[in-house]
Amino acid sequence: MADRRRHLLAISDLSRVDAERILDTARALERSLDREVKKLPTLRGRLVVNLFYESSTRTLSSFDLAAKRLSADTMALRASGSSVDKGESLRDTALTLGAYDPDVIVVRHPHIGAANLVAASTDAHVVNAGDGKHQHPTQALLDLYTMREAVGGLETLHVAVVGDVLHSRVARSLIEALALVGAEVTLVGPPTLIPPGIEQLGCGVAYEIDAIGNADVVYVLRMQQERMLPGAAFVPSLREYAALYGITPERVRAGQVVMHPGPMNRGVEIDPRVADSEAALVTTQVRAGLVVRMAVLYDLLTAGPVHLAGELEVA
Amino acid sequence: MTLFRRDAPPDTLTLEGRVVDPVEGIDAALRVVVEDGVVAALEPLTGTSAARVIAPAFVDPHVHLRTPGREDEETIASGTAAAAAGGYCAILAMPNTEPVVDSAAVLRALVERAREEAVVPTGFMAAISKGQRGEELAELADLAAAGAVAFTDDGRPVVSAGLLRRALRYGTVADALLALHEEDPALSADGQMHEGAVSAALGLSGWPSLAESTMIERDLALAAYEQRPLHIMHVSAAASVEAVRAAKARGTLVTAEVTPHHLCLTDDVVRTLDPNTKMNPPLRAAADRDALVEGLRDGTLDCVATDHAPHARHEKDVPFEEAPFGVTGLETAFAVLNTRLVRPGTVPLATVLERMSAGPARAFRLPVPRVAVGEQANLVLLDLDEEWVVREDSFRSRSVNSWLLGETLTGRVLQTVAGGRLVHGA
Repeated sequence: MADRRRHLLAISDLSRVDAERILDTARALERSLDREVKKLPTLRGRLVVNLFYESSTRTLSSFDLAAKRLSADTMALRASGSSVDKGESLRDTALTLGAYDPDVIVVRHPHIGAANLVAASTDAHVVNAGDGKHQHPTQALLDLYTMREAVGGLETLHVAVVGDVLHSRVARSLIEALALVGAEVTLVGPPTLIPPGIEQLGCGVAYEIDAIGNADVVYVLRMQQERMLPGAAFVPSLREYAALYGITPERVRAGQVVMHPGPMNRGVEIDPRVADSEAALVTTQVRAGLVVRMAVLYDLLTAGPVHLAGELEVA
Repeated sequence: MTLFRRDAPPDTLTLEGRVVDPVEGIDAALRVVVEDGVVAALEPLTGTSAARVIAPAFVDPHVHLRTPGREDEETIASGTAAAAAGGYCAILAMPNTEPVVDSAAVLRALVERAREEAVVPTGFMAAISKGQRGEELAELADLAAAGAVAFTDDGRPVVSAGLLRRALRYGTVADALLALHEEDPALSADGQMHEGAVSAALGLSGWPSLAESTMIERDLALAAYEQRPLHIMHVSAAASVEAVRAAKARGTLVTAEVTPHHLCLTDDVVRTLDPNTKMNPPLRAAADRDALVEGLRDGTLDCVATDHAPHARHEKDVPFEEAPFGVTGLETAFAVLNTRLVRPGTVPLATVLERMSAGPARAFRLPVPRVAVGEQANLVLLDLDEEWVVREDSFRSRSVNSWLLGETLTGRVLQTVAGGRLVHGA
């Protein structure tokens, strides 16, 4: 083996077997959360560094709690109030952190390729917690987990991904993850927000909202206004977007579930009545995020599920 | 006189090998006797290896010497040493420096430095517009008188059709040749790579090929209307090759160049997110690459230009999206084209040699290097079979941002004679 360190930089780092093993591990870990004492000793003495160059509430708290539940030491570095403010390069920051011999570095960064750079600069396992518009693989895994638990067999699932695919790392990771496990994916949105060539990832493309009708899961993407350059609006108005593509109760069929990676723009991409309905799995996704991230940390730092049963029982 | 270098006495030496000169129509084993920097005799020879080739030395019409302003990345001394190692007898430096070469005063200072430092004869292009801002014409006549070989706002396009038309018309006064970086910024926007399946998968903003080809169509129409010559820099897209081919067929005075990286790579390599795969214009799809190779073969693309673009390590060693565009190329151009195009039989050796030497020399109205008695010696001695691995310590350039690091190449420049002087090899 040329490089014994494994990373999770993109969904393409995983085989189908890897993905399913992580989901199985997550399910075993979820059971541990039902206990009175929720902490497992599994990663005692390990160091997980959360290196976050973008503001993030749910992802940072999720990784932090995941590491703590496995008894790892954690350290969070944010872009503000650190040497990053003094102009230190990402590579130098990674080298500095590397001096503490962290076992895992979790990286969130506004620019594509940041996690790859950290992986090339340190000896730690690196988990990409979002790099620009590129990838956010743990989000895709938690979404797979949620779909599997809520709906069932992934290989027969049909998922409609609705909205701003162009600017969405969540969409790209999810499309690849669903393709990996054999699910059917249809992208639905205005042509200006669906990048040309994306269908080569193995998904269908539709520009009419009616196309969500056949799906088991309606996955709603955030309209990422902060990613739209001034003067380069991809749709004429949010009002028109909401009218054409907003997920309203009328557009959701009975039996469909609705997912959203958060944070939601209520009234834009999702109607509040849908967001608060039984069909919406948004808080289920957050809970799944915790156990899936525990499973990812566990998977990177141990040999895999073979030892899981034993260690969990010791706990 | 438009090429400048450090003064030194000419050399007397003898080279033996298979002379391949597409201009003179020679492919024969010969002893080339150089006396006082001039080819004095070509004598028949027997028993030389077909892989040991003597050819007219190369001309690179597109080099960033980063001087003045970024001497940490390249100097005239280091850049021309790299050129010598790459087999070049002449290079043209780009004006997008700090400050921009947009006045005779800046150009004269550069010429002085070239006279002190340049190992290989070096020419300078000057800006078309003041500060390369695309607003007002630079003093083209004054710059031409100070030695500017041609004019370009390279690094950026001339966005205004009105300004370009004015440059073409006014350029008549200085007999100025304009060389254009073709990119419609309204279409390339903040593009990081070629728009296609790979950019869609990676999430990188797309820089579509039509942002180049539509600008080329516009500018060829302007050049034809004004009946002035134009040089199109670093052509990257199939539609652009077609536009140039059609314009040449109509009699438009146009020449065009292509880089080794666009001839060898496609956007698929960007999946690595290696910042050394980030160039402007970007690497394109396989069909574009194939069209560029065909354009090189049939002469639609007159010359190979490296677009040698040194970058400081700390500026390139960042996430892909933050990295500057550009890669080095002077020291690997021949070897990579020999490895990827000549040896597989895609492009004949003589064609590659012509496009690296006579092609660019003619496009920029420089003396055409020839292996002929009485000519100044501008020769390169090549070993077509020698294998070598590209490493950071292989380079004379001050920068190491090569897309070929770690690659094994076949073909090596053994000696370079530039302007009658041995500048590389012993």
